Amino acid sequence: MTAVASADIRAKYEAVIGLECHVELKTETKMFCGCRNLFGGEPNTQVCPVCLGLPGALPVPNRRAIELVIKAGLAFGAQIPSFSKFDRKNYFYPDMPKNYQISQYDMPLTRGGVVRFWLADGSRRECRLTRIHLEEDTGKSTHAGSGDGRIAGSEYSLVDFNRAGVPLMECVSEPDIRSAEEAVGFLEALKRTFVQLGISDVKMEEGSLRCDANVSIRRIGSTALGTKTEIKNMNSFKSVQRAIGSEIERQIEIVESGGRIVQETRGWDEVTETTHVMRSKEQAHDYRYFPDPDLTPLEITPADIERWRAELRELPFARFERYVDRFGLSVAQATQLVDNPSLADFFERTAAASNDPQGSANYVLGELSRLANETGVAVADSKVRPEAVAEVIELVGAKTINSKIAKDVIARLWSEGGSAKEIVERAGLAQVSDPAALERFVDEVLVANEKIAADIRGGKEKGLQFLVGQVMKTSRGKANPKMVEELLRKKITSA
Amino acid sequence: MDETAVGIAADVNARRRSAREIAEEALERITRIDGRIGAYLTRTDALALEQAERVDGRVAAGERLALAGVPVAIKDNMCLRGTRTTCGSKILADWVAPYTATAVARLLDAGAIPVGKTNLDEFAMGSSCENSALGVTRNPYDLERVPGGSSGGSAAAVAAGEAVIATGSDTGGSIREPAAFCNVVGFKPTYGRVSRYGLIAFASSLDQIGPFARTVRDAALVYDVIAGKDPLDATSVDVPVERTLDALREDLHGLRIGVVKEFTTRTLPPAVAEVYAAAYRDLERLGATLVEVSLPTADYGLATYYLIAPAECSSNLARFDGVRYGLRVDGADVTEMYERTRAAGFGAEVKRRILIGTYALSSGYYDAYYVKAQKVRTLIAADFAKAFEACDLIAAPAASSPAFRFNAKSDPYSMYLMDYYTIPVSLAGLPALSVPCGAAVPEDGRAPMPLGLQLIAPLFEERRLLGAAHAYEQATQHASKLKPQLAGVSA
Repeated sequence: MTAVASADIRAKYEAVIGLECHVELKTETKMFCGCRNLFGGEPNTQVCPVCLGLPGALPVPNRRAIELVIKAGLAFGAQIPSFSKFDRKNYFYPDMPKNYQISQYDMPLTRGGVVRFWLADGSRRECRLTRIHLEEDTGKSTHAGSGDGRIAGSEYSLVDFNRAGVPLMECVSEPDIRSAEEAVGFLEALKRTFVQLGISDVKMEEGSLRCDANVSIRRIGSTALGTKTEIKNMNSFKSVQRAIGSEIERQIEIVESGGRIVQETRGWDEVTETTHVMRSKEQAHDYRYFPDPDLTPLEITPADIERWRAELRELPFARFERYVDRFGLSVAQATQLVDNPSLADFFERTAAASNDPQGSANYVLGELSRLANETGVAVADSKVRPEAVAEVIELVGAKTINSKIAKDVIARLWSEGGSAKEIVERAGLAQVSDPAALERFVDEVLVANEKIAADIRGGKEKGLQFLVGQVMKTSRGKANPKMVEELLRKKITSA
Repeated sequence: MDETAVGIAADVNARRRSAREIAEEALERITRIDGRIGAYLTRTDALALEQAERVDGRVAAGERLALAGVPVAIKDNMCLRGTRTTCGSKILADWVAPYTATAVARLLDAGAIPVGKTNLDEFAMGSSCENSALGVTRNPYDLERVPGGSSGGSAAAVAAGEAVIATGSDTGGSIREPAAFCNVVGFKPTYGRVSRYGLIAFASSLDQIGPFARTVRDAALVYDVIAGKDPLDATSVDVPVERTLDALREDLHGLRIGVVKEFTTRTLPPAVAEVYAAAYRDLERLGATLVEVSLPTADYGLATYYLIAPAECSSNLARFDGVRYGLRVDGADVTEMYERTRAAGFGAEVKRRILIGTYALSSGYYDAYYVKAQKVRTLIAADFAKAFEACDLIAAPAASSPAFRFNAKSDPYSMYLMDYYTIPVSLAGLPALSVPCGAAVPEDGRAPMPLGLQLIAPLFEERRLLGAAHAYEQATQHASKLKPQLAGVSA
């Protein structure tokens, strides 16, 4: 199955994809005990009787984790039932201390909702959410002795329980996603929303976002759902894109060659970039869910919901739409700003002060971001105030300074702060537009460059820009370059 | 030691005696007689002496402690830091608890002296202590008979004077039945009154810790120490605990006591039935009004219980897998290791309940078994609530017979039937106790064996319950009419 379906065959099919994303919540402590919720650390140092599942230990729910999940739901317009509960999901696994996971089965904390997102070309999509529920994470196994870290052939396995009991939110989507690109767009939307609301750090490389995909294909125009496979082990946005892409190809190949898709769970292999069977439908677990008798039902009051709703800030997608549709920014600019909320806030204050969103975006994402990268100081933390940047925009607009001087002014603002107007005035940086003054500079340059002037007269136009540059240099950048060019042309041709 | 906890604490607090001398006396008594009783799986002599020093120091510094110097036996399904905690099971035979259960910690903080960990049916599953994988406990009133269970070791320890008080846990009758068998007071508070943190779970929605004592007053004293909300147990209730010690009364005037119609028509051995009939007359004589109440669904208690409790236990006991602690029997891979460990580590009754529970929770059977059982449980609780509209307390037998001989109950169902009168109460979460109410000659014996009267109260009415039990106990003095069978051992 190495042959890749040709583009016209592929075009006959569409993919139907639903995602299940596990997101570790950013809380001080674990889900059911007082251990710190920290990534890494010496193995088995962030543990206690509860998260080790010692005999007799009991769970007590972390209220903050419940709040964060409900905020995640509210961010996507989900319904928040007034009543919820925890259930036990029973299965044996060595890194699961109790051999059951405390999770939520039929009464999740949130139901429904819509994730809206955009793709690189700016087109917008939506994917409905089925539910978001709260559960505890497992420990982490390391298989030793086989050389490649796999369980097969390993001599023994070590388990680190630092992660056991970390609060984990599972977001389940409806099968509304139609391509690998959309899947990544959806995940990016989750990521920026959760990061900006302080719900999670969403570091895929640390495993704080883990994603499984249910993938099926169907003929375009069909509304029936095909047999799906579940893809696991995707550890980065890139691997999500490649794994789903590869699975779609695989399924098209099978259907095109007259075969049938088998319902199964497949694992993504980063090295070979293929999926392989992990378990078939017949091997599916019976998790024997039942309400956890160690925990009492959760009641969420309307007052809780309203308090948490009020704490939500503007969501990334709304911001993106405003920047593109109202401010006219490019998709790339809007995306860059939306992904950097403090920079976006700075941009908005600049835009408000200057009444020039596009110009503000250019300075904020251009010169200011360049200085931020160079110095390692965020724009919002620098000495530059948005009002000062607005002054720069105004000075350029009024042709008091040119864009080159503007850069210089920005640099001075970066190191000194203060007002752009004052800097321009104090340093005498205002553009020289007085014809008499400009004529002195032009004459000086023409005297020194008679040969070039003669060449220009002879038709060698490109010398003109050199002369403009010389005048700018003589004027220390302050001359109005357009006027200088006109004046040079006039003087050379009339000479 | 046939002293009371109230008396010992008064002496120690007044510095008439030291906790140390009381601890030494208790340990010495255990040395003398426990070889015949087998109440203890583990002795905690060093800890007892250490704690006695601490208590003497605190008392010398001017503190008054509710249980100053009182020797306490702890059922071996409650964690005590640094001490082996086995649940009577091979799978935990060598497990040393790294933390202390909340209820135990409260006892220690109140000055009690832990003298040892007591035997029990494996994981508290049983009614005779015969399911313990680690030892045999004998009934101090007839060494050929069982002490009851699951908290048989604790009941026997208190009955034999090897401790003054003891902790038990009651899931379906595991405090009340052995208390009745051993002629002591056994009290199961309202579900949620006493923290379960550190109690190794059998069935989480039913398990409740409570005291054994030789008097109702001592049971009240212990309850007042261990009851109350615990932030480490989400199911512990945040209902104010009022001191029960102040509620003990001398008569039953003004109390309506319900006798359950469905229970009285049930066949008890005639000698046993006569003792209960006399007990109800005594209640009346003390001023109570007897009323007949009905619990139409109580007969489904056993069936309901043997779905819910095994379902919860199948999940609770999943953690005993050989990976992190306890017994491990190696295998070719992790699955085989699990299988061998659990096959070797669990006894027959535990395995039976894990299998029943796994089945009851399985996809396709869950609604028919587990969900249906939960619905019946709700109906049973509603029946009790309705009965309590007509009465203030309910009186009933604490067990279906007096203590039986070892190996007398060979099929599981006849053993389960011992808890016929206690299980519905547990399903409803109600507070109940067993207080000695006389003796009857068992059908397979010649000498009379003790019986217990079960008194049941509405949720959170522990004061009413203990108050009435005290009046009955003081008026009848049944406990003192029998003497433990400890010939050759000086008291």
